[in-house]
Amino acid sequence: MKFTWFNLMPWPYLPDDFREKNRSVWVDIDQRLFDPAKSHEVYNTYMDLLEYADTLGFDGVGVNEHHQNGYGIMPSPNIIAAGLARRTKNAAIVVLGNSIALYNPPVRVAEEFAMLDCISGGRLVAGFPVGTSMDTNYCYGQIPSLTREKYQEAHDLIIKAWTTRDPFAWNGRYNKLRHVNIWPRPIQQPHPPVHIPGGGSVETYDFCIDNTYSYSYLSFSGYLRAKALMQGYWDRVEERGAPDKSPYRAGFAQTILVAETDEEAERLYSEHVSYFYNRCLHVYPGFADAPGYRTIKTIQSGALSQYAPPKGGGYTELTWKDLVEQGHIIAGSPETVRQRMEDLIKGLNVGNIFCLMHVGNMPADKCMYSTRLFAEKVMPKLRNMFPDFADDDRFWAKPLENRVTSGSLPGEFPTSASLAKTYA
Amino acid sequence: MELKTVQTRHVPVRYFEGGTGPDLVYLHGAGGVTAEDPFLAALAAKHHVYAPLIPGYGDSEEAPTIRDMLDFTLHTWDVIEALGLKDPILVGHSMGGMIAAEMAAVAPNDVSRLALICPAGLWDDDHPIADIFSLLPFEMPQILFHDAVAGAAMLTAGRNVEDPNFLQTYLVNNARQLGMAGRILFPIPERGLVDRLYRIKAKTVIVWGDSDRLTPPFYAHGFKKGIAGSVLVSIPEAGHMVIVEKTPAVVEAIGRLG
Repeated sequence: MKFTWFNLMPWPYLPDDFREKNRSVWVDIDQRLFDPAKSHEVYNTYMDLLEYADTLGFDGVGVNEHHQNGYGIMPSPNIIAAGLARRTKNAAIVVLGNSIALYNPPVRVAEEFAMLDCISGGRLVAGFPVGTSMDTNYCYGQIPSLTREKYQEAHDLIIKAWTTRDPFAWNGRYNKLRHVNIWPRPIQQPHPPVHIPGGGSVETYDFCIDNTYSYSYLSFSGYLRAKALMQGYWDRVEERGAPDKSPYRAGFAQTILVAETDEEAERLYSEHVSYFYNRCLHVYPGFADAPGYRTIKTIQSGALSQYAPPKGGGYTELTWKDLVEQGHIIAGSPETVRQRMEDLIKGLNVGNIFCLMHVGNMPADKCMYSTRLFAEKVMPKLRNMFPDFADDDRFWAKPLENRVTSGSLPGEFPTSASLAKTYA
Repeated sequence: MELKTVQTRHVPVRYFEGGTGPDLVYLHGAGGVTAEDPFLAALAAKHHVYAPLIPGYGDSEEAPTIRDMLDFTLHTWDVIEALGLKDPILVGHSMGGMIAAEMAAVAPNDVSRLALICPAGLWDDDHPIADIFSLLPFEMPQILFHDAVAGAAMLTAGRNVEDPNFLQTYLVNNARQLGMAGRILFPIPERGLVDRLYRIKAKTVIVWGDSDRLTPPFYAHGFKKGIAGSVLVSIPEAGHMVIVEKTPAVVEAIGRLG
């Protein structure tokens, strides 16, 4: 199993009446709600938490890209990842990911990911999302019905840039480049493992299967509601004649909250869960899906019903009990969480878990408490869920054995005499 | 009106045909056009009307290779060629007006009579055009009609919103139609037309509803200024859907082209 500690980096100061006074947390959110001076502490606390997860033995630390979004203050995940590459030692740097249709030219992603792989000693997991309609179409102006074509070209260009050792010309529809010759290039060969975040697009299944990429389903509605979608993926893996059904072909994001007891979990975390589901997910429906962004095939498959808010008017009316019972969140004592995680892992057949362990406006101390209980009392018991695939390393980072980290300068200040001796 | 098909380089194109009189080609807006459209019927009273569907509209095939403004413009010329028409009266509403203006600009000697009904295609930061792509269905009537209540009734007529398949059908149609329209209208419905308007030689009538809340009447002056000798007909108590709210007045304005 691979456990990645993930932080969406929500803005923790949305007011109590946010939902009533604002139409959307995303795209046209009121900029005055962001306080740059306060963000200084928020950013540094969030990065501290990611670094803390590395010290507890999480397999990865995860970041992602959203724009103009109240629950994600990370328009450039690579900037956070660069800090993590320096300050963490063992965890994979899971950038999930860069919306490659947005970069002009996308060679920029090939370069920045190569830098991250080099700085981290080969610890990068590279994510290539198409990007949500909010980000890609409404914030960054991409034409909805051409986004996928542009994405595909960006992907092909990045992979070719990573794997070709001589300069080449690229005559694409969206990119015309006479000299593609990236410098630096990644440590991992032939290139870092690729994860594709998907939200039910049928075409994305085939893209992952055909390229041996891991399909990541990033939902906030939990594992029970994800079963139909993930079953669709595994059915497709079989139909497409993939050589195996390795659980590492798939990843899933899940909100997880651990305390000593189920009651304590509710007492400590329910207000933060409520903050996330009621304020952070308050997206104006007109921004959810620009016409043409999804393919007809995907709309017809009915997979989008996953995105419909729960019946009865949405998240506002869901209590802690509802959220737990319906599996939106997995919360409780270590034993409760272990059982439900087992259900999730077996039920969805997923080897990569993106653990959403910071929720809404959760303060650092509570987050550390929950994270540590998970790392020490839950994670070890879930390690060997898939013994048959224990050696499957196709979907994970393969770092250098000997890596340096920050603080590699000589301990003693060099003097004229010491330099004379060293370089005699 | 009769629904027919004509083959073009890109795709088979579906079109409505009906009426007798001088040839007239009508290019529909982003909302599409149907056989029952009262505006088509009114035009057909005095014209031989051809109303081709943009690929992806109605039951017509999509055209992945039509991507940008030039593709739309040349494709629509291909349709006129395939229909065997020479210098028809060219009429376009909204997005169709934008395409018609582009056609007249790239081939000024092939269009002698042009009617632009609240066309898209220009942009001014102080007069933003509403973002139709992020509007929810219930918000549409207010933007599209002078009389929003009557407009809402018109938009929902004949639709059973209780039908479980309604939402999926609605989403599929939206994806096909507005997905295609987005190639020239998203995120801002402007593709450089302002720099090409000067090429238009056609006798041009510009028609605008006074209470157009999608493309404000401000833009009428931009078109009038850009197209030499053009005439502006402003219609009171009409919104963007002036073609259904004040059908006779629009038909009368087009009649001025002779």
